[in-house]
Amino acid sequence: MLSAEQWGVVALSLKIAGVAIGVTIPIAFALAYLLARGRFPGKVLVDGIVHLPLVLPPVVTGWLLLLAFAPDGPVGHVIEAVTGGTVLFRWTGAAIAAGVMALPLMVRAMRLSIESVDRRLEQAARTLGAGPGRVFRTITLPLSVPGILAGAVLGFARGLGEFGATITFVSNVPGETQTLPLAIYSKLQVPGSEHAVVQLALVSVALSLGALVVSELLARRAGRGFHVL
Amino acid sequence: MSFDVDVERRIGNADIACRFSAEGGLTVLFGPSGAGKTSTLNMIAGLLRPDRGRIVVDGHILFDSASGIDVAVEKRRVGYVFQDPRLFPHKTVAANLLYGRRDNADTSEFDRIIDILGIGHLMERWPRTLSGGEARRVAIGRALLSDPAFLLLDEPLSSLDRPRREEIMVLIERMRDELGLPILMVTHDSEEANRLGTRTISV
Repeated sequence: MLSAEQWGVVALSLKIAGVAIGVTIPIAFALAYLLARGRFPGKVLVDGIVHLPLVLPPVVTGWLLLLAFAPDGPVGHVIEAVTGGTVLFRWTGAAIAAGVMALPLMVRAMRLSIESVDRRLEQAARTLGAGPGRVFRTITLPLSVPGILAGAVLGFARGLGEFGATITFVSNVPGETQTLPLAIYSKLQVPGSEHAVVQLALVSVALSLGALVVSELLARRAGRGFHVL
Repeated sequence: MSFDVDVERRIGNADIACRFSAEGGLTVLFGPSGAGKTSTLNMIAGLLRPDRGRIVVDGHILFDSASGIDVAVEKRRVGYVFQDPRLFPHKTVAANLLYGRRDNADTSEFDRIIDILGIGHLMERWPRTLSGGEARRVAIGRALLSDPAFLLLDEPLSSLDRPRREEIMVLIERMRDELGLPILMVTHDSEEANRLGTRTISV
């Protein structure tokens, strides 16, 4: 069984990934909607920037976050002025790293789902007297729900596994930023901790596999050949 | 009780031009596939914007390029029965039927339309479980219940077997004779056109 300390790591990881994904869902959906439906100059560039964390070395993403959120950085400066605090070395910073790294996967899943909504149904709703807002609320959004859930679960799994950007951005502080992957990494540095490594690794596998399966099942429920895996 | 339509629109390399005036009853737009009949319906419904022209139904100007009038789709009070039923897959038949209903609509009208269409027993069903004829009738009901000022029917009898066609034809005759709404119907079948149309316009 897991020790109290290990349970603490699992709980912290779930909290960080959970908060990260909860905050990222509306942002990812807005971006997905913009990319699926929008027509504007520079769309390719927005698409590219959204996908950047997927292909950039995570250590570079972490470093860029560090530059932005440092007390004298453009974002950190504002956060310090408003809250008087910082996200560096804090679990909130770890959640930001997890959210940024999960964003491209979430946008992809949501975008596919929005693109698979039959525009002719939206036209039918318009002829029945529904304005654009009501069409979005009653047709587009509900028909995109499987993709939104699939994207959220996939992003949650990605957030749980976040390592490189997190350790670069908010370091490896036990009880604050030390999530599952970071705890496993730390244990690997200590001779004689193989048992703890195996336990934490098994928890990781179980959580990630569970999230992937749930996300795929949600996507299949949407039908129309929509897949996450 | 009339249609007064004069529209032009270029789609790809094809120029669609359609011009007609029709009094009440059921007007058939008749012509081969690809003649732009559905595009004309879409322009009247407001789903496709004409490059130039004027659309007046029942004295209401819905579109006029000269004076810049372009009434939004949802404000045109169109009852549009598309070629495919386009039922909302995540809503039950009852929820589909009520989607376009106005708050002040009276229930006797609802009951009457459901009765004419014979779809009272389908209320709790999901669209994917309906047969082609049932889905078509629900789509007609949904359009009628949105309290339309006029009806557009796009090939309402296509892809139905013989008995179903007869059933829907009888239904369209009743709508034409009992509801008092101007109806514009598109078809490429001369038998349908002759039987149902108060007048026929060839495209």
